[in-house]
Amino acid sequence: MTQHYLAIDGLRCAGCVSTVEKALANVPGVVEANVNFAEHTARVEGSARTDDLIKAVADAGYRASEVQDTADDDSEARQTAELAHYKKLLHKSWFALAVAIPALGFGFPAMLGRQMPHEWMQPASYGLMILTLAVILYSGRQFFIGAWKSFLTHNATMDTLIAVGIGAAWSYSAVATIAPGLFPAGTAEPFWDVIVVVIGLVVLGQALEMRARGRTSEAVQRLIGLRPKTARVVRDGKELDIPLAHVRVGDTVRVRPGEKIPVDGVIIEGHSSVDESMLTGEPMPQEKASGDEVTGGTLNKTGSFLLRATRVGRDTALSRIVEMVRQAQGAKPAIGKLADTIASYFVPVVLIIAVLTFMVWYNVADDFGMPQLSFAMVAAVTVLVIACPCALGLATPMSVMVGVGKAAEYGILIRNGNALQQAGKLTCVVLDKTGTVTQGKPAVSGVLTAPGWQENDVLKLAASLEAGSEHPLAEAVMAAARERGIAAGNVEQFQAVAGHGVQGVVEGQKVLLGNPRFMQVNHIDISALHTHAAELAEKGATPTYLAVDDKFAGIVALSDPIKEDSRAAIAKLRNLGLKVVMLTGDNRTTAQAVGSQVGIDEVFADVLPEDKDKKVNELRMRGEVVGMVGDGINDAPALARADVGFAIGTGTDVAIESADITLMSGSLYGVANAIAISRATVSNIQQNLFGAFIYNVLGIPIAAGILYPLFGLLLNPMIAGAAMAMSSVTVVSNAGRLRWFKP
Amino acid sequence: MSELIVTVAGLIMVALIIWWFWFSTPKAAHAEKDAAVEIAVKDGTYQPAVIEVKAGKPLNMNFLRHDATPCAEQVVFSRLGISAHLPLGRVQNIHLPALQPGTYEFTCQMGMYRGRLIAK
Repeated sequence: MTQHYLAIDGLRCAGCVSTVEKALANVPGVVEANVNFAEHTARVEGSARTDDLIKAVADAGYRASEVQDTADDDSEARQTAELAHYKKLLHKSWFALAVAIPALGFGFPAMLGRQMPHEWMQPASYGLMILTLAVILYSGRQFFIGAWKSFLTHNATMDTLIAVGIGAAWSYSAVATIAPGLFPAGTAEPFWDVIVVVIGLVVLGQALEMRARGRTSEAVQRLIGLRPKTARVVRDGKELDIPLAHVRVGDTVRVRPGEKIPVDGVIIEGHSSVDESMLTGEPMPQEKASGDEVTGGTLNKTGSFLLRATRVGRDTALSRIVEMVRQAQGAKPAIGKLADTIASYFVPVVLIIAVLTFMVWYNVADDFGMPQLSFAMVAAVTVLVIACPCALGLATPMSVMVGVGKAAEYGILIRNGNALQQAGKLTCVVLDKTGTVTQGKPAVSGVLTAPGWQENDVLKLAASLEAGSEHPLAEAVMAAARERGIAAGNVEQFQAVAGHGVQGVVEGQKVLLGNPRFMQVNHIDISALHTHAAELAEKGATPTYLAVDDKFAGIVALSDPIKEDSRAAIAKLRNLGLKVVMLTGDNRTTAQAVGSQVGIDEVFADVLPEDKDKKVNELRMRGEVVGMVGDGINDAPALARADVGFAIGTGTDVAIESADITLMSGSLYGVANAIAISRATVSNIQQNLFGAFIYNVLGIPIAAGILYPLFGLLLNPMIAGAAMAMSSVTVVSNAGRLRWFKP
Repeated sequence: MSELIVTVAGLIMVALIIWWFWFSTPKAAHAEKDAAVEIAVKDGTYQPAVIEVKAGKPLNMNFLRHDATPCAEQVVFSRLGISAHLPLGRVQNIHLPALQPGTYEFTCQMGMYRGRLIAK
């Protein structure tokens, strides 16, 4: 199934969108067609031909042309819009705070226990009534619109709290100004200052929060920024710079030294070293030559080359990485679920508390010698403006956003929120040996022969059999034969016996090649070279046994070099308090040898591929929280069985679906880094949640006046508004601290 | 006397809040057959916020975000484990699998924008 992206001209309304979608959907082979009205593009999935799609759009009365989609790149539009919104919020805030100066001046004498001269009082209050209304209409309008729209959908948000609080305060103050006679003598005190200060501070808080939030998503912006804007495409023998969106699969693209590679492709001419660190975290540049794959977004260092584009637009590895990171950033780990549940009830509960606060103080304020209406009003408004659902709602997603982004910086792709949370709880990490601890590139390190056999004969028969095998060891045996100039013979009746070896008939002889278990099952005595085999295994090599016509013929020893940083990375895992276990199909001696070289705590040897997940389960039954690290293909069941599955060393090919966490570099450091980032993120979430809960749990009762009977303390609504504005800024800033975390 | 009036009015208001926000449901929009559901992200809300869809059929939702506030930039279907980035001013299509009968909430990351899909 392929995806087509079309630019559509002539779309005028949402109706046009459905007309074009239907026209496209009716083209045979189309599985799904979606039109993006704002962008005037269509995305079509299926096997239909582009020409047919363009014709269908034309028949519907519109014009279409093919483009390559890069719709994930809205960074410029987004930054412009966010900056404009930020500036608008600042203007709104400044206006409100400017009006706060005369408003505070109006309330100032009362604060000092004095009375403003009566002849000034009325006109000043009328003037402030108009000014504060202007503030509400300009600076605080969005609260009222949002509150009303939410109310109509039976929802209540932070807008609701602010709008009700401000609305009540303004209405009360207006009545106290216009008809002071309705109030008991001396109690008709408007509080214009509260209205403008609260609006000014809350809007300022939103602006600051927006600024801080912008930084939490910079990891994705950085990834998107890796993509160049143009590509140098060879067309009709000429090299042309064209927009990236116009590059098509099959195009020949020139990449010069120092340039970013624009799309995924295969080098067809030239060679160079390519820095892939921005995607994989692998610091060393990779040598690339004709026939090698290169990834869009990586940096060409030294040479100039031509590539044939194989994936463009949304299909590139970079676009898929961006999509995966965004998906994970939107995910909620279980730890945040309680906060979500509370947040969904929060605002109506605060509204109820505000009503009850008003009711109670109206009834009892007299007993404390306070004017009942204004005192009840101040307490209720303070409850409304101090409550901060935002801090609760932001606590988890902000940290997840930064944590997942941080992981992506290190070439770690976290698939979902639970993987992020669970990775930090792991107590045990299981490593697959081949390709995880070792390089996964085995080579023949020696050939031993049973009496009567020559090395070359043993190698020839082994290579003949392996020619039909897909096992990673097969390539090593064949390469060794080629090196010695040995031509492999024809194999008939080839059969691979999973977890044991391979067998077949070579030049009329029945040949078996495999592990001791395979020999044992076939009743072949391999004791002749037992001592030598043990020596090989103790050095970390894997002896593979060859039998010809049911008689032992020799051993082909295969060694898979250990990755340079495996030992240090395993030490780091142990420093994180994890037990490190290695799992392999190799014999015990070889496995123990490799295990002791890299510092493994426990080795499971002779494990059949289908039993890997059973071993993982065994560890889980022992009470361990298990992370399984493997290549994601052979180990899929074990990865799925583990609490967290890590697919390692997949480069930029992020197609692996079985793993919770994909490590783009082949280094085991990725596992340790992922665990460290997870722990830091979860701890950051806990701090945020704790802060947000405590803030609301303490703030709301204090605002309601619970301390007044004991200490005569009633919170000023302006301070409540400032606290509310700062609480969400604090949560976002605390999450932002994670950006500086170094695993 | 005024205390009694305030107390009674207060209790009535509490009852109304409980009823309006927790026990009454807004009128649901209906997804047209085979058409994508269009949702505007505007003024702090999803419009429409409640949508009735057919259970057992995959669904396309087109979100068009008007609000520049970063709160609106992600929509999360937590029960389905799906989330999507909503670019400003551009339609973002979200494809949902066939739903079992039930209610599926979709929210912004903070849970302030709230909507519901009711699969019947």
